[in-house]
Amino acid sequence: MGSVVIDRRGFELLIAALQSRDYKVVAPTARDGAIAYDEIGGVSDLPAGLTDEQEAGSYRLWCRDDDALFGYAVGPQSWKRYLFEPKTVVFRAQRVERVGFVRAGPSDAAPRYAFVGVRSCEIAAIGIQDRVFLGGSHADPHYRARRDAFIVAVQCGEPGGTCFCASMRTGPRAEAGFDLALTEIVAGDRHEFVVEVGSSRGDDLLGQVPSRPADSSDLGAARAVTDSASERMGRRLDADGLPERLAAVLEHSHWDQVASRCLGCTSCTLVCPTCFCSRVSDTTDLKGLEATRTRTWDSCFTLGHSYLHGGSVRSTIRDRYRQWLTHKLSTWVAQFGTSGCVGCGRCITWCPVGIDITVEVQALLAPLGPGRPTVSPGAGAPVEPAAPAEVPR
Amino acid sequence: MLAERVSEPMEPQPYRVIEVRHETADVVTFTIEPTPGIASMDALPGQFNMLWAFGVGEVPISLSGLRPGGVLVHTVRSVGTVSEALTRLHSGEIVGVRGPFGRGWEVETAEGDDIVVVAGGIGFAPLRPVVEHALANRSAFGRVVVLVGARRPEEMIFDEDLLRWAVATDDIAVEVTVDAAGHDWSGHVGVVTELVGRARFDARHAVAFVCGPEVMMRFATRSLQERGVPLGRIRLSAERNMHCAVAHCGHCQLGEYIICRDGPVFDAARLLPLLTVRGR
Repeated sequence: MGSVVIDRRGFELLIAALQSRDYKVVAPTARDGAIAYDEIGGVSDLPAGLTDEQEAGSYRLWCRDDDALFGYAVGPQSWKRYLFEPKTVVFRAQRVERVGFVRAGPSDAAPRYAFVGVRSCEIAAIGIQDRVFLGGSHADPHYRARRDAFIVAVQCGEPGGTCFCASMRTGPRAEAGFDLALTEIVAGDRHEFVVEVGSSRGDDLLGQVPSRPADSSDLGAARAVTDSASERMGRRLDADGLPERLAAVLEHSHWDQVASRCLGCTSCTLVCPTCFCSRVSDTTDLKGLEATRTRTWDSCFTLGHSYLHGGSVRSTIRDRYRQWLTHKLSTWVAQFGTSGCVGCGRCITWCPVGIDITVEVQALLAPLGPGRPTVSPGAGAPVEPAAPAEVPR
Repeated sequence: MLAERVSEPMEPQPYRVIEVRHETADVVTFTIEPTPGIASMDALPGQFNMLWAFGVGEVPISLSGLRPGGVLVHTVRSVGTVSEALTRLHSGEIVGVRGPFGRGWEVETAEGDDIVVVAGGIGFAPLRPVVEHALANRSAFGRVVVLVGARRPEEMIFDEDLLRWAVATDDIAVEVTVDAAGHDWSGHVGVVTELVGRARFDARHAVAFVCGPEVMMRFATRSLQERGVPLGRIRLSAERNMHCAVAHCGHCQLGEYIICRDGPVFDAARLLPLLTVRGR
């Protein structure tokens, strides 16, 4: 199963081959001014010739000067919305005399998905959610039924301004967790994809598409794409020993400082590809004869998330931001054996006030001085506008 | 590898209410049994079930009693929509049950030791099976000390058990206290932690089981430590918002723990540092 090279026409045939095998093909599209995942009919639905510009609290699509199909970083959505859907009916019951109630109807039928354009950080995020939903003593049947999706990865060539996957060791190069992995090579008139094979079903599918074996120069060109991306990451985060270092600063004054900017809007948790909190609610029909139990995405930034009779445990935004950040980077490791952060940068880009996890961590871990914690711009901060973290944007 | 279907962990099973007892104005104890065709569960003291009021919702409720034949006892205080619906259940009606969940008190690991039960308010409910286990296996344990606090005399739950234990057997020391009482109360007035200091047990060979409001558990732990009980021999039952009970929903996190999976019972040595951080 050596790597091969396919051209743009070959890529079209690859998508068609997935569709002929009854896969619902989901891929990046341009919608509402952003890259959004959606079901595609063919390659023409992909955001050709577009790129993105991402900074803390800002996202813009721009035209590229080539026709690259994957020349952008991740958008606000992640594959989470297909594997762990925003809203899932988990149980329906019918009221019945004598026995009380019985399950109503069969459980849902999972779509047969093929995900095209899955980035390395996304594969890492799926691996993290696997541990949550499948790794414990109770597997989630809805997640499991969707998890068999066919995965066509795309190696990253254009890291976003808020990306830091290289720091989290989750990218930019996907080494496993895919059926096929494409590296897009666009240079002059050349528009090809170097394809690595990650599974036998990937190999099988690739057999339906005209290709040529990849030579060393093709492989070198593919490697150069991710090597260059690695060097151009917009952010970085010193991840060594983070769980212990963060556990030691739970009473740091910087939590109050972040809380003065944080709106508690839940955006970061909704765009995060690993955040898994959900709430379960019950409803009935008007006659009270049929009950429906629904699981919906929840967020630790809501006051209700920690509600116990009498009030909420995490009653302030300080408490809730601290819960989110320390869960993501510290306690997640004890809970699930891995960090909860893949360095995709979405929480930075999509924060309406531009709160930057890499900058906040740096401030929290800076030696405590007599005054406010100091942040030296440059290490985790945006590359050009070196605004100190304390200044609200 | 992932194709096989797995059972739905969010699906409750129908149980029938066979007995209802009103403990106080807002606390009800009900006994339930699986309806025909439903397999009975093997539950342990300290574990909990998710109890479902049809179409209203579900709440985590500790087992307050374990009876032969898969018969279960739960004690519920009406504090919200779901728990209120549960306290309105009548004998013969159906309640949905998922469980059992969590790590229990593991009373059997205290064999040979004195047992000290410290309960506050509704926190007495998950501790009653500890006392019942100790009495049913009386020779396996040293002294059995039960210290119970309530806000007012009329809020004391399981008063018949307390009387029976206090009067009918010499094998168990029962002390109760209330935060405030009228002239008709001749017992102790004060917080339950005050009872710890004067109770008779061998601190070096005792295991303490504590459940109540968080502040009460912190002070009870301190009193037990002052008596010489090591932190690692004090067990606490933690409470957080809980939706799924299968470690998927994220609500019952407390620091590095997921209470439905890693608890609700913890050694104080593990739990206490987390309870002392405000807003955690």
